[in-house]
Amino acid sequence: MILKVNDLAFCYKSHEALKNINFSIHPGEITVILGPNGVGKTTLLKCLNSILTPQKGTVMVSDQNIKEMTVKQIARQISYVGQRIDSSRITAFDAILMGRHPHIRFKTCDSDLKKVDAIIKKLNLSHLCLKYLDQMSGGELQKVSIARALVQQTGILLLDEPTSSLDLKNQIHILELIKNIVIEHQISAVMTMHDLNAALRYADKCLLLKDKIIYGAGLVKDISSKTVQDVYGVNVDIVYYKGFPIVVPIGNEKAA
Amino acid sequence: MHFDHGEISAEYSGYIRKKNVFILLAFIILILVMLISICLGSVQIGFVDVIKTLLKNTESRQFDLIIWNIRLPQTLTAVVAGAGLAGAGAVMQSVLRNPLASPFTLGIAHAAAFGAAFSVMILGSATLTSSLNDTFNISNRMVTLLSAFCFSMATALLITYIAKLKGSSPEIMVLTGVALGSVFMAGTMFLQFFADDVQLAAMVFWTFGDVARADWEDFWIIFVAIVCILLYFLANTKNYNSMDMGDETAKGLGVNSDAVRLTAMMASSCATAVIISFIGIIGFVGLVAPHIVRRVIGDDQRFLLPATIIVGALILLVADIVARLILLPHVLPVSIFTSFLGAPVFLYLILKGNKK
Repeated sequence: MILKVNDLAFCYKSHEALKNINFSIHPGEITVILGPNGVGKTTLLKCLNSILTPQKGTVMVSDQNIKEMTVKQIARQISYVGQRIDSSRITAFDAILMGRHPHIRFKTCDSDLKKVDAIIKKLNLSHLCLKYLDQMSGGELQKVSIARALVQQTGILLLDEPTSSLDLKNQIHILELIKNIVIEHQISAVMTMHDLNAALRYADKCLLLKDKIIYGAGLVKDISSKTVQDVYGVNVDIVYYKGFPIVVPIGNEKAA
Repeated sequence: MHFDHGEISAEYSGYIRKKNVFILLAFIILILVMLISICLGSVQIGFVDVIKTLLKNTESRQFDLIIWNIRLPQTLTAVVAGAGLAGAGAVMQSVLRNPLASPFTLGIAHAAAFGAAFSVMILGSATLTSSLNDTFNISNRMVTLLSAFCFSMATALLITYIAKLKGSSPEIMVLTGVALGSVFMAGTMFLQFFADDVQLAAMVFWTFGDVARADWEDFWIIFVAIVCILLYFLANTKNYNSMDMGDETAKGLGVNSDAVRLTAMMASSCATAVIISFIGIIGFVGLVAPHIVRRVIGDDQRFLLPATIIVGALILLVADIVARLILLPHVLPVSIFTSFLGAPVFLYLILKGNKK
């Protein structure tokens, strides 16, 4: 499944947030959206599955304009994990089961429950299965949300800062899991991230936002320290350690 | 992506079974309390006689009259009204994501009270029927009823319209409801200030919620409306669950949360309007029943909603029995006891805290 964005623009009332956004993502790829706070990363992600409706431009999923799709049709193709995760007195199992809702017509059946159980095991969440969400830590909630998005079995995963509440071990576990699932099932993932090192390590492509537009885009290996410097306004070097790119801030903050 | 190799854990099945057992037990208790409700009153009727009369197998004309003309419609109205108010409260609390949401906090009950006062004062539907004992009567009951219903529904429409203008956010709905409630309360007080004794008595009488007011005809109207609305709610429990996780998550799960919220609000308001138009204002059931059940069964709407409907029916029915018996031979309006019975239970649960 291919997602194609053409000339997308979005305004919050009088404030223009995004303009001239053009890019496409392909199966088996992780695309990461980078940029400083408030640049519009989350806004762009929300425009991709119609949580926000762009004033201009189109988002095409497998050659179908999402404006012409119902919310349910979109949910069968694109799953979304937001930054804000609301908790309620519902168990992790039932919260993950909600990922099957776009596919359930009348009643939850055994195959839905089995899928939830499988993803719980894959993410090592068995110990949280019957724990209520309002008793969980931020990291546990984040893992449950990712599990819910995975059980939705869509071709495109949208993840808004999926590792922001996770410790190092869980960050690596989740990102490697997403990477494996993306490759194994030939789906696409689009993530917003603040951790440049994790982003460069696990992503295939990067989109760097600055001043409402895509300032730089391309394969991870093509991202230069100059682009990162221009986007974040910080002097950096990109060095390679055991083949992995690492962004090293070298001080002397310059004006953006 | 395929995750078909999982299995249904016994632990989860057991957890679901417990919730279903709770609902079943609550339903059995409700049936028993309904039978008790038919037995008790100023004339006590034995359990066996009640069963015989219900099966049309009695020779007692007195029991037949009492049960079929008074106790049964009263009991069934209490059950349906309690279920409707509690279901509407649970759905309002869920879609507005506000634990204080209820027909009272959203001004719908105040609007109904104003509608009744308007009918009494402006449309002249209250008259003194006997000068000997100063009893008054609402001469044209249907006018009062329709007036209360129209004002409640107009309020609900206004709340949803204003909310829609501002993006259907729960906060806008709650604040608009509170503001409209204040306006209608002031309007009712204004009418009461200029009312004569008979009109004032009629207005106050109407605000006392009393299930004994409903006859069979009223019951069937309430029954059909409430059953349709509750079935609609039960069909939407998955959507309400998704919305509990936040609007963005719900949209990501294929739920058009704005549309679901607006229709849920209209349906809850309609249920409330039908009930309070026929039997007057009954507070607290819509607020307290979902909270009581939530503390036992959790937030999962698939179980919370049916359990709340049963517990709401139970609360109103028990309150009605107490109201009937406490000052025999006088029968008090049930609305006095819904709060008297519900509030201590509610406070106990708050003090006890949940298992968090």
